[in-house]
Amino acid sequence: MSDLMNMVLNNANTQWVLLATMLLGIASGVLGSIALLRKQSLIGDAVAHAALPGICIAFMLTGEKSLLALLIGATITGLLAAYCIQFVISNSIIKEDTAICLILSVFFGFGIVLLTKVTQSPAGNKSGLSDFIFGQAASLVGSDVKMMAITAAALIVITALIFKELKVLTFDPEFAKGLGLPAGFLNLVFLSLLVAVIVIGIQAVGVILMAALLITPAVAARYWTDSLGKMIVISGIFGAISGVAGTLISTLGEGLATGPFIVVTATALFLFSMFFAPGRGIVTNAIKRQINHKKINRELTMQKERGEYL
Amino acid sequence: MSYEAWIILIGSMAGITCGITGCFLILRKLSMLADAISHTVLLGIVLAFLISQSMNGIYMLIGAAVVGLLTVVFVQLLHSSGVQEDASIGVVFTFLFAIGVILITLYAGDVHLDVDHALMGEIAFVPWDTVQIGFLPELPKAFLMLSAVLLIVLVIIFLFYKELKITSFDPAMAAAIGIPVLFIHYLLMGMVSLTTVASFDSVGAILVVAMLIAPGASAYLLTDKMSVMLILSGVFGVAAAIIGYYAAMLFNVSISGSMAAVNGILFALVFFFSPTKGYLFKKFALKKVKYGSEQ
Amino acid sequence: MMNPVVVKGLTVAYQEKPVLKDINFEVPEGKLIGIIGPNGAGKSTLIKAILGLIPKAAGQIQIYNKPYRAKDRVVGYVPQRGSVDWDFPTNALDVVLMGRYGHVGWFKRPGKKDEAFALECLRKVGMADFADRQISQLSGGQQQRVFLARALAQEAKVYFMDEPFVGVDAATERAIIDLLNELKEQGKTVLVVHHDLQTVKEYFDHVLLLNVEAIASGPTESTFTMENLHQTYGGKLAFLEKGQMIAEQK
Repeated sequence: MSDLMNMVLNNANTQWVLLATMLLGIASGVLGSIALLRKQSLIGDAVAHAALPGICIAFMLTGEKSLLALLIGATITGLLAAYCIQFVISNSIIKEDTAICLILSVFFGFGIVLLTKVTQSPAGNKSGLSDFIFGQAASLVGSDVKMMAITAAALIVITALIFKELKVLTFDPEFAKGLGLPAGFLNLVFLSLLVAVIVIGIQAVGVILMAALLITPAVAARYWTDSLGKMIVISGIFGAISGVAGTLISTLGEGLATGPFIVVTATALFLFSMFFAPGRGIVTNAIKRQINHKKINRELTMQKERGEYL
Repeated sequence: MSYEAWIILIGSMAGITCGITGCFLILRKLSMLADAISHTVLLGIVLAFLISQSMNGIYMLIGAAVVGLLTVVFVQLLHSSGVQEDASIGVVFTFLFAIGVILITLYAGDVHLDVDHALMGEIAFVPWDTVQIGFLPELPKAFLMLSAVLLIVLVIIFLFYKELKITSFDPAMAAAIGIPVLFIHYLLMGMVSLTTVASFDSVGAILVVAMLIAPGASAYLLTDKMSVMLILSGVFGVAAAIIGYYAAMLFNVSISGSMAAVNGILFALVFFFSPTKGYLFKKFALKKVKYGSEQ
Repeated sequence: MMNPVVVKGLTVAYQEKPVLKDINFEVPEGKLIGIIGPNGAGKSTLIKAILGLIPKAAGQIQIYNKPYRAKDRVVGYVPQRGSVDWDFPTNALDVVLMGRYGHVGWFKRPGKKDEAFALECLRKVGMADFADRQISQLSGGQQQRVFLARALAQEAKVYFMDEPFVGVDAATERAIIDLLNELKEQGKTVLVVHHDLQTVKEYFDHVLLLNVEAIASGPTESTFTMENLHQTYGGKLAFLEKGQMIAEQK
């Protein structure tokens, strides 16, 4: 444990990595909350899986592992996947769940095909592209990690700036249009923000588990409050804790992927919320229901005694 | 039988089994649950290995079926406690999958089971992994497991065809005439778990989703009869396996990835060119309507 | 005479407030019964609770003097039309054939006889010509007729229908009501969730006025009164005025 403390205190790179995963956690917690309420959580999952072919194509085109190029590739195929899902749903009898599943798995299949192609070349074999599958935050270095941190911070700021518009649009799209908000444009902006946070997250969390960082903190936060503003803050905090804790745990051992530990931390926070959050937690709720059932039965008997029911 | 023939046969059997099981998932809007199960069976397989200390197929089938059903139960629990269904699925499968990955890297990393295998399967090695049972000649394990699961799936569909159909179409009516909707639901989920784990060795946890969903989705766009949909999905599953194999040989890439990609391409073809429900047909019909109204 | 449906002290609660509270009523055999009440009164919930599709907090339900069991096959159910997937790969005849599933039993397929009977049911609702149509290619009224045909195929003694007149054309509404009367003449009992107050007197012999509690039940003539409507619909003035008009038309 003291080794860990030493590493955190003395290693500048580790500090940057922690800062980056913390900001990433906040950004995905915030955007994930909105995605959850818009029922787009699983689209995030599809976008994350669909990033894999983009990463491989970018690598094949540039021939080197430049994070910026890879992320641009990931963004393009991620957005393409989101568009394909929408296109299939609105132009056939295929329902949303099937469309998401289909696009997700087929894009990922293409990704695997390309990945096997890439790793056949000597440069590709050492590129560590497979780190993108489960995430390897510790392998982040120098400028890459700074770019990630800055992008995450920018996403948080942009979301804060258009928060009120997104809120109206999410709650009541028709009303938002009535207010004169450019609904189509805002939808696109939100989707882009979502894709952006997924893309910067896949290096740390991996394409398969990135969805968890969007969904789990948001669902956990929902237990604590009924206000969207507070929910987003709590979700951001949960995301940050998950990101930092997951990264720290994974640096403890050799070759441990970061993603799974981030997910486990987030789920632990979720389970705690589900059971013990005041107002909605299962334990707190069960107690309330007991009291309520007794009340209803008591009222019924009292009314019967008074002869109100015949 | 030649090495190549074994791979094609095993791929085709996985294609049929997944394809027909997937039809019910599509009709019940449970595709995402299948996606979840395909991820979480990894945990089942790892646990089965850690407990039994062997890679015996039977233990794996049991482990996967148990964790698969647990996934469904957990999703149901979260959903009934007020979490949106899509979010419930997202929380449960990422967690169980994460645990599976951690266990593999911590305890099972040095054996046959590794993360890459779990992701994309190793159909290229499957024909060599043989076993000899009873009077049968030495056969690939994956072939035996898929045969058993395909048989189970066919028997279940044969016996419960009308129950599966009505609970998919109109669950309220099914419950009202006394069909145990919940039992049929878990029966189907059990089928999905078995199918997934039997195909797991060949195609891995995530690509199996493509094999489950894509053939049924293509078939769905070609017919108005459920029995025809089931048969067509099997045909698509086999076609994707065969074409996928040769494409993989041609480009020297992952066979299972290639099968998933071909599944996607076949779907895209059907999506655009299906004679009644295809995109182009609809556009064409719409144009005719517009043209007609102008006159 | 034995009353086919007897409900005693039925209470259903999803969360804090009961949706149905201490409902007591009986319906006589061979009548058309309208279940009337404002939105959120618990009309659909009542049917679902009677059929055991949702759990009840308290109370007893008897169908022909026995607790309801689906396998007795005395009950036919027409759910609200919105509840199914219209893109399902199935045609009109196939849907009606599903009404026979309860009779066919486990591990067996509906046979030629069932198919002939299903076609006969389709003919009764005037849909025989559409037997091969995929169901999304039917109009709202035609879809509703197919679902009625499916209920007929169940050969039940008591029918529960949830808003069968919603979203259908006038011709279908006429066809449905003729069919209900035919069922009545065969001695069947039909309970219909209904919300158009104007047609209540014309369509139903009996009514159950419902708003979380059972306000009144009995023959339409004596039960569908201004006073009872007032109690059922409370302060909802629009309804009230309409009710007044109808009451005065008497």
